Amino acid sequence: MMFRNGDRKIEEIWLWLDERVGLTEIFKLVKKKDVPVHTHTVWYYLGGMTLFLFVIQVTTGILLLLYYRPSAEEAYESIQFLMTEVEFGWLIRSIHSWAANLMVFTLFVHFFSVLLLKAYRRPREVTWLSGMGLLGLALTFGFTGYLLPWNELAYFATRVGTEIPGAVPLVGSFLRRLLRGGDDVTGATLTRFYGIHVAILPALTTLFLGLHLFLVQKHGMSVPPDVERQSKEKKVMPFFPNFLLRDLVGWLTALAILAALAAFIPAELGKKADPFQPAPVGIKPEWYFMFMFQTLKFLPSYILGIEGEILGVLGFGLGGLFLALIPFLDRRTARGETSRLFTWIVIAIIAYMVVLTYLGYTVSPTN
Amino acid sequence: MVQWSMGGIVDRRRFLNWFLGTTAGAFLFTVFYPISRYLVPPKVQESTSRTVTLALKPADVKFNTGQIFRFGSQPAILVRTPAGELKAFAAVCTHLACIVQYRNDLNHIWCACHNGHFDLNGLNISGPPPRPLEQYVVNVRGDQIVVSKGA
Repeated sequence: MMFRNGDRKIEEIWLWLDERVGLTEIFKLVKKKDVPVHTHTVWYYLGGMTLFLFVIQVTTGILLLLYYRPSAEEAYESIQFLMTEVEFGWLIRSIHSWAANLMVFTLFVHFFSVLLLKAYRRPREVTWLSGMGLLGLALTFGFTGYLLPWNELAYFATRVGTEIPGAVPLVGSFLRRLLRGGDDVTGATLTRFYGIHVAILPALTTLFLGLHLFLVQKHGMSVPPDVERQSKEKKVMPFFPNFLLRDLVGWLTALAILAALAAFIPAELGKKADPFQPAPVGIKPEWYFMFMFQTLKFLPSYILGIEGEILGVLGFGLGGLFLALIPFLDRRTARGETSRLFTWIVIAIIAYMVVLTYLGYTVSPTN
Repeated sequence: MVQWSMGGIVDRRRFLNWFLGTTAGAFLFTVFYPISRYLVPPKVQESTSRTVTLALKPADVKFNTGQIFRFGSQPAILVRTPAGELKAFAAVCTHLACIVQYRNDLNHIWCACHNGHFDLNGLNISGPPPRPLEQYVVNVRGDQIVVSKGA
């Protein structure tokens, strides 16, 4: 009897809401969505995983805002206070730091799986471009967030990182001033990076993410060309609840890994930044910038009369542009033919990044 | 239809579109010009001092060591060579602006960021730095070390 009454009450609320919000239509859309099942289906989970980690970043980021003070005099001390005095402060900050790293990692895996499975091909070029935008935003999030604790490593990483755009011909010194909020990395840079990290980037990410997710809904999941060519019957699974439940298993696993990492390897704070101390031995950027950092170390001071760093910076710029334009350059895939060349280019890029990152962590920094 | 003084005939729609377009353009300009100017940090007066007297006595600076000191708003490095000579250089690496240090095991100046090496005349001898470090003039006047920028 109680149940029946409850049911009727729920139904009434449902009907009331449906009339005003259009719940039935939303549910129809969710029911209609399905996910192709084939040997490469596993890669479909990485976008959702990245999104899940991003939600964790937003949540922990908002919590960190409650204690953080964005000035050169107070930033380091406020994090010291957060880590030592605030209950679970260490946990929130460690999760923020670890989830950032995991998010960039899953983002890279998502990125390369889309490249190798040629999911960028027509009609998903704009989805690809919005994804490239999100990759750029994620890396900028990482770069600006790294400075906020105002410690030694962060200080020098930012000096180097903001000096790099300075190598761009003509507009370099203007760009560097714009980024730093002055000629040097100072408290002005810290407040600028803070504003970028907590306001400008989240706003831009909301736009890009909205577009990206809308387009993914519009076009559905891309089926890789080699699966498409097989004339077997196409298998699918419903998005709700089958795929979403599998997603959920992945997210819970990620959360468990995050909790373990945060508990066993909490984020460090290091020494407070001092602009009048030499750069510490073994200084290194976040791992996802390591391949670029190591490349700059290996480049000689001059190549064909041009400064090595300028050439390196231009090289990475052109590399990024090339990746953004891949859907338009890969004509074979666009025509529905197999495109070995682009597969090998992507594998070469992955190999380059892995080898240089490995060297970055193993080559002795002092010789 | 309006007879344009230049002779061409421009209909009302085109005129209105042009009018609206320039108004919208001018409006956007008045919004974004101040914002773009706001984003560029103002120039701060740089310290123009060309000499600095260090808070160090010459006798306290050991052989084969180096230390960072403030030269105006910029870091500089004072080195006493193994031979006993005092030298000073800008401490900002010419590669990507990290702050250099003296390596007493190598007897020269080194940058930890990208493994750049400079000899005791500030010359870039190995690694990525493209230019030498700027050298300053060191004068010992009695108990004082005075560092000044060259001519």
